Amino acid sequence: MKHARVIYEDKTQLATAADDGRLRLSDGRIVGEADVVWLPPIEPRTTFTLAINYADHAKELAFKAPEEPLGFFKAANTFIGHRGQTVRPADVTFMHYECELAVVIGATARNVREEDAYDYVAGYTVANDYAIRDYLENWYRPNLRVKSRDTCTPLGPWFVDRDDVPDPMNLELRTYVNGKLTQSGNTRDMVFGVPRLIAYFSSFMTLQPGDLILTGTPDGIVDTQPGDEVVTEIEGVGRLVNTIVAG
Amino acid sequence: MTAVVDYAALANPQRGNFPRTVVGLLLNYRQTLEALGDAVNHPPYKAPPKAPVLYIKPANTYARDGDAITVPDDISEVVIGACLAVEFARSATRVREEDALDYVAGYRVVADLYASHDVFYRPPVKHKCRDAFCPIGALQPAARVHNPDDLAIRVLVDDQERQTATTRDLVRSARRAIADITEFMTLSAGDLLLLGIPEGAPRARPGQHYRIEIDQVGSLSNKLVRSQA
Repeated sequence: MKHARVIYEDKTQLATAADDGRLRLSDGRIVGEADVVWLPPIEPRTTFTLAINYADHAKELAFKAPEEPLGFFKAANTFIGHRGQTVRPADVTFMHYECELAVVIGATARNVREEDAYDYVAGYTVANDYAIRDYLENWYRPNLRVKSRDTCTPLGPWFVDRDDVPDPMNLELRTYVNGKLTQSGNTRDMVFGVPRLIAYFSSFMTLQPGDLILTGTPDGIVDTQPGDEVVTEIEGVGRLVNTIVAG
Repeated sequence: MTAVVDYAALANPQRGNFPRTVVGLLLNYRQTLEALGDAVNHPPYKAPPKAPVLYIKPANTYARDGDAITVPDDISEVVIGACLAVEFARSATRVREEDALDYVAGYRVVADLYASHDVFYRPPVKHKCRDAFCPIGALQPAARVHNPDDLAIRVLVDDQERQTATTRDLVRSARRAIADITEFMTLSAGDLLLLGIPEGAPRARPGQHYRIEIDQVGSLSNKLVRSQA
């Protein structure tokens, strides 16, 4: 099933997907996609993010693929929902999207084996992990000013139950800027796949329900400007729409 | 088969009394920057930091005053980072330096525990983010603290004094740090900002206990224990 968290009639409500892209609110009413304010479908607890987790993206950034997962964290401030607006500061020259499969942990996980990893997954959503490269510094890189900015991580639209995504390691990812395809890849090209990432992080930290793993992005990043509509889409998971606005 | 929680629990999680976000400042005591010296201009850094260098202590690290902290087998010694933490009273976005303390609910003593690391190029996930590596002391309301930028800090290991420091040596004062961070990162009611670790932080091993005291704010004590595994 596909779930969402939205504001309708000034109230936060849970909803599920109905026909034709509409939503069924928890009180049974059916409303249109544009009639609600979309919130991130979950409130993440700890958000793990992977840098350089697709071989082609590593090449694009002139890095060699890492030997162990290169993880960092985002804080709660950075998330916004579907159809939200992301701020591009006036002084920047290169701000790019990153389409990423987001894995939601659903059970306490410690020292999980790769072969058991999916047992600990509640479901999936789509993240757009914007980065502003002008602000990159070589101190705890990628630094929070690049990666944990307000409005810079759209998440959603849907939380999709785990069992509705039979093979998360074979999903097409695509990004469209103003309708033009700019990024295309497949989750099978991750350097460290979903089971490996869960095994890795749980080998030295205890994961809990609500923890979120953003699994990295393939190549095809381009600069985005105020007014651009950026759609990050993952097969079977969702199509996340975002608009860039001037800061 | 492991049972996973249902969607409603993920959409409306219960956080207990712990914060949503704990964010810390690296290199915020002038002696630490001085000790790095010219290294800041060489690889891997290539330039001194411009924006505040921040790190997140994730939710699995939260612990309380008095908890026994289990040190994993691959870490022989833990550094005791004695932090003054600012707790936010309300949502703070793009706050001006002169208004910054209006957003503060109070202060806490926080121990940022970590495995020693000398290179600050990549986020220190394995060093800083082990379970219970962020014990958080009690809240001292802001009205009881005269000036967060002039507080003495003392660290004892097994009742022996091992470090003294003062927040007079902060590179970014509490006000300045709040202004610089909320420029791009909203901090909300209950969120904690750790204002830095004084240079020369002591280390402790499993079997030892430490106590951090910060004038006017309070104290925090924990015992380190070896993993049972």
